[in-house]
Amino acid sequence: MTIDWSWISDHASDLATLTVSHLQAALTAVLLGLLISLPLAVLAHRVRPLRGFLLGLSNILFTIPSIAVFVLLLPVSGLTRTTTVIGLTVYTLVVLLRNTVEGLDSVPARTREAAKAMGTRPLRVLLTIELPLALPVIMAGVRIATVMSISLVSVATYIGDGGLGQLFTDGFQRNFPTPVIVGIALTLLLALVADALLVAVQYALTPWKRKRA
Amino acid sequence: MTVCSRGKGRLMIKFDAVNKRFPNGTTAVHELSLTMPEGGITVLVGSSGCGKTTTLRMINRMVDPSSGTITLSGRNILEADAAELRRGIGYVIQQAGLFPHRTILDNIATVPLLLGHGRKRARARAAELLETVGLPADAAKRYPHQLSGGQQQRVGVARALAADPPVLLMDEPFGAVDPVVRTQLQDELLRLQQELNKTIVFVTHDIDEAVRLGDRIAVFRTGGHLVQCAPPAELLARPADDFVADFLGAERGLKLLSLSTLADLPRQPATTVRADETAPAGRTDWQLVVSAKGEPLGWLDPAATPPGRAGDAALLPVRPLRDTDSLLSALNESVASPAGLIARIDDAGVLAGVTAREAVHARAGAAHSAAIEPPRPATAPVGKSSA
Repeated sequence: MTIDWSWISDHASDLATLTVSHLQAALTAVLLGLLISLPLAVLAHRVRPLRGFLLGLSNILFTIPSIAVFVLLLPVSGLTRTTTVIGLTVYTLVVLLRNTVEGLDSVPARTREAAKAMGTRPLRVLLTIELPLALPVIMAGVRIATVMSISLVSVATYIGDGGLGQLFTDGFQRNFPTPVIVGIALTLLLALVADALLVAVQYALTPWKRKRA
Repeated sequence: MTVCSRGKGRLMIKFDAVNKRFPNGTTAVHELSLTMPEGGITVLVGSSGCGKTTTLRMINRMVDPSSGTITLSGRNILEADAAELRRGIGYVIQQAGLFPHRTILDNIATVPLLLGHGRKRARARAAELLETVGLPADAAKRYPHQLSGGQQQRVGVARALAADPPVLLMDEPFGAVDPVVRTQLQDELLRLQQELNKTIVFVTHDIDEAVRLGDRIAVFRTGGHLVQCAPPAELLARPADDFVADFLGAERGLKLLSLSTLADLPRQPATTVRADETAPAGRTDWQLVVSAKGEPLGWLDPAATPPGRAGDAALLPVRPLRDTDSLLSALNESVASPAGLIARIDDAGVLAGVTAREAVHARAGAAHSAAIEPPRPATAPVGKSSA
């Protein structure tokens, strides 16, 4: 297996476009996943009976094979970026929902109690006490969801999208390994950079976790 | 109706026929009628499950009563907005309950910020309180986990005081710290209280803490019954029934002595010798060796007076007492002192005289019977009659 370096330099701008498109699909899915998970997680945390139902539902969605999800969505949103993003979002839910619920569970009862007793109203308790304290656990979920989405985007190649995944079909069809290797390398790089950035974001957002006495 | 005051102060908190039953069927508080006057510390005491914490938590509506009314400064608290009510009542909980993600300064500033005082003003107030509760200024920027348990508890008190509320609720605030730190925190609370004169409701299961801190003590029994509410001396001298007597324990008489001080116990001049002088030979009485400034250093054993400087001899330990120390500590020292004398010092720590063991014992006996005997109107057991 040899790498054709000239192919890479010839297609540099294509590769950049595919990388950006790949990242966009993955990040949009994680953001949407967070927007959906947060209210659902708060609900699951507050209303005990709903908890099992919501977590179970996200588990079931996760077990549907990814290609099947895209196929099922075709009649709804067709061969579009929307289909890719919806599919990916479904998969982020299982991690994001579970971690957000667990993050909220990890807030000490005493702390929540103190906030209430100081005269903090429920919404403010959620926004200024519970979510910040749940952040480390939520961020752990966001990191997994991000890396998972970045690797999963390629599957959307079957519906004509898929970002860097297109390099795999291209290389496979032409029996030409260079695009496949480049695709794998760029996907890995994206995942590593995104994860490192998220670690940095978490570090910046949780100053109290830094200095251990 | 049990009134926990004798005339002084305006009415602050009033429970009127209050019941609290939880959904699981347990009765936490049963027909509680109790009033607490403005100022002073009311201690709610009893074993676990007696309803004392529920009683406390009903004052800031963390728990709402099943029936009955509670008024604060004449206002029915059930008609108040719960969040606003709570901002006007300081609350110190077990193990402080600080916000782990906020700096000490921001923890203390919580209520002023909720009241919309603005960050700058709230932080300035918080910095002021840091000093009030005896914490170093460099604690401001730290996070709760970087402080010791005792320091965290001080932050808890500062946070409760931040908006200068007239009422302070304290739920076993010193339960989780070691005995030495607990005593320090209790002293600090009494010092603060002298300065601020808040209306404090304090929950504990420790009767010694109750006697030490309380201006009045309310004793609860399992099932949420208030049994007796009285000032500590009266409670110790005349427990309403066997339950209260048992709760106060076998050393009830000694606890009573902890409430009287040495202030009016007469002193006699002491036989002293300065540490840098030669001890006179041939004496048969105990001499107190003092420093050049007059501070007591120890007792010189007459049977073993050495030649040479008195300060070089093997002295027997002395624990000098001030006028503000309790009769109980004097009793202890009179038993422990080899000379049968207690050494008395002034505020500067200089020897002011001695008191003989016999005089301490006589005073202790007198204080005990004086507390028990006079037929002042005894606190009636709840539910029977009111004075």
